[in-house]
Amino acid sequence: MSDSASATAALGAPAAPSGDRSGKTRAAYGGGPPGRPSARGVGRPGPRRGVSGGSPRAGGGWTPWLYLAPALVVLGGLLVYPIYQLGLISFFQYTQAQVSGGEPTTFEGFGNYAELFGDPRFWQVLFATVLFAAACVVSTLAVGCALAVLLTRVRAVPRLALMLAALGAWATPAVTGSTVWLFLFDPDFGPVNRVLGLGDHSWTYGRLSAFFLVLLEVVWCSFPFVMVTVYAGIRAVPGEVLEAASLDGASQWRVWRSVLAPMLRPILVVVTIQSVIWDFKVFTQIYVMTNGGGIAGQNMVLNVYAYQQAFASSQYGLGSAIGIVTLLILLAVTLVYLRLLRRQGEEL
Amino acid sequence: MNLPRARVRRPGRLAAEASALLIAVVVAFPLYWMVLSAFKPAGEIESGEPRPWTLAPSLDSFRRVFGQQEFGRYFLNSLVVAGSVVIASALIAFLAATAVTRFHFRLRTTLLIMFLVAQMVPVEALTIPLFFLMRDAGQLNTLGSLILPHIAFSLPFAIWMLRGFVKAVPEALEEAAYIDGATRARFLWQILFPLVLPGLVATSVFSFISAWNDFLFAKSFIISDTSQSTLPMALLVFYKPDDPDWGGVMAASTVMTVPVLVFFVLVQRRLVSGLGGAVKD
Repeated sequence: MSDSASATAALGAPAAPSGDRSGKTRAAYGGGPPGRPSARGVGRPGPRRGVSGGSPRAGGGWTPWLYLAPALVVLGGLLVYPIYQLGLISFFQYTQAQVSGGEPTTFEGFGNYAELFGDPRFWQVLFATVLFAAACVVSTLAVGCALAVLLTRVRAVPRLALMLAALGAWATPAVTGSTVWLFLFDPDFGPVNRVLGLGDHSWTYGRLSAFFLVLLEVVWCSFPFVMVTVYAGIRAVPGEVLEAASLDGASQWRVWRSVLAPMLRPILVVVTIQSVIWDFKVFTQIYVMTNGGGIAGQNMVLNVYAYQQAFASSQYGLGSAIGIVTLLILLAVTLVYLRLLRRQGEEL
Repeated sequence: MNLPRARVRRPGRLAAEASALLIAVVVAFPLYWMVLSAFKPAGEIESGEPRPWTLAPSLDSFRRVFGQQEFGRYFLNSLVVAGSVVIASALIAFLAATAVTRFHFRLRTTLLIMFLVAQMVPVEALTIPLFFLMRDAGQLNTLGSLILPHIAFSLPFAIWMLRGFVKAVPEALEEAAYIDGATRARFLWQILFPLVLPGLVATSVFSFISAWNDFLFAKSFIISDTSQSTLPMALLVFYKPDDPDWGGVMAASTVMTVPVLVFFVLVQRRLVSGLGGAVKD
């Protein structure tokens, strides 16, 4: 029990507190420094920890609450209360006039939501957000898993080289990653256009190519988390199992599909859900790379849209309503995650 | 484990190793280009013939960056924010993780699930209410407005991750301590804390990065007093969409990235030694 539990401790938790990790933040947010925690959780079923590491002691009276108090105060004040406020503001007419106290705040009921859902622009942004996040998740998982498999096929030196490079990408802050990728693809001075012979083609001008450029950066900084985690998971599969499979005449593909995939499923669930959550919340990359949402807002995603509505147009009520929509979508993803965890018999 | 390695034919393995090396080069290239461009003299950066090397490395870009008014101060501000977040959230998370792993009490499972759910909250969406909260508390334009939210946002993850480390400390050790007459507080700080420290350090890397990289709060909460700005904002001074000073941007990016890389590498070492040596019963 404690083995699977600690696997999640190392792997399951890596929600980046802030979304820009686009990951990176997210990347960083990723789960555990490469190799170690994951390897620890998944890789070594330490019998010692399992048995003696502790079942919680009963009782303790008020002591656990005393220990929890600081955490609960901070979370209550800076997480729960703001969520409540966000919901509240979303029901009010709340613009610059109200903020400065010039006009009274008026309760609008679902007015902001009605305005939002009646605006084709919102649906367009929502659609773009979902598509963009989906593309990021699929690419990140594909690259991460493929490279994890590649890592198991090579000797120490190439493995170390790839691990180190991935570590570097993982550690790069979202802001600097964004500026560096912009520079790489700069129409005038960037090496990419030179090598590809694209002349002064601007990547941020077109809607799709701008999204594509951001996607490249997001995948670059988020695949390391997937790669390291999945690699640790593959390493944890006992060699005898694979040997037995190949002795039974299973093909390479068959071994993958019928032996490894089911054993890796818990890990794949974790990295998929984490990626969905991170990529849905991407803010910094879009904001920096497309300069606040692209030409005429063509590269807006929900987070940037909410930010622009609130802080650029002073439509705080409307911005909050968009925030609530984002929150609800991510909550739904989280519930799916919890169900999957529970199905795996995760003990909390 | 060994993937059926014996069955990988030699040419196959060579091809795999060659592609691994090639991919490593591609993945590392943006970072290489960043550092390289930071050292290139002005004429070479803004040239239509970008070369992957430079024969005349120069510190001009770094000089421009550090010569920018108060860049050192921004750096310091970033350090203060990230450092405070790391220390505060590590201590608070340690206490909370101890509570949920070492005690049985009502609502324990509920709390754990809430911590898990809290990790999914889109921080960006909370910028609006936090802005008003900070304004009402008079915290706008102070580093506190950056520190406090980041403590809150790193806590759920830190608690969840630390849980595994606290759990790994054997129960027998705790009983032995009490038999020897230790109080709860003494056990907590003198026995449990040092044992969990490697895990705390590993967890800290994530709080550090989220605070160090913070762009949105720095942009939203530090609105008029630029002496309270942090590095991401200082970097963007050089990045004007129409006419970016690429040398300055790359030098500032390098300065901002290096501490994170160092922290990553340091933590990895401590983690290994910590896990190997800390828990022996």
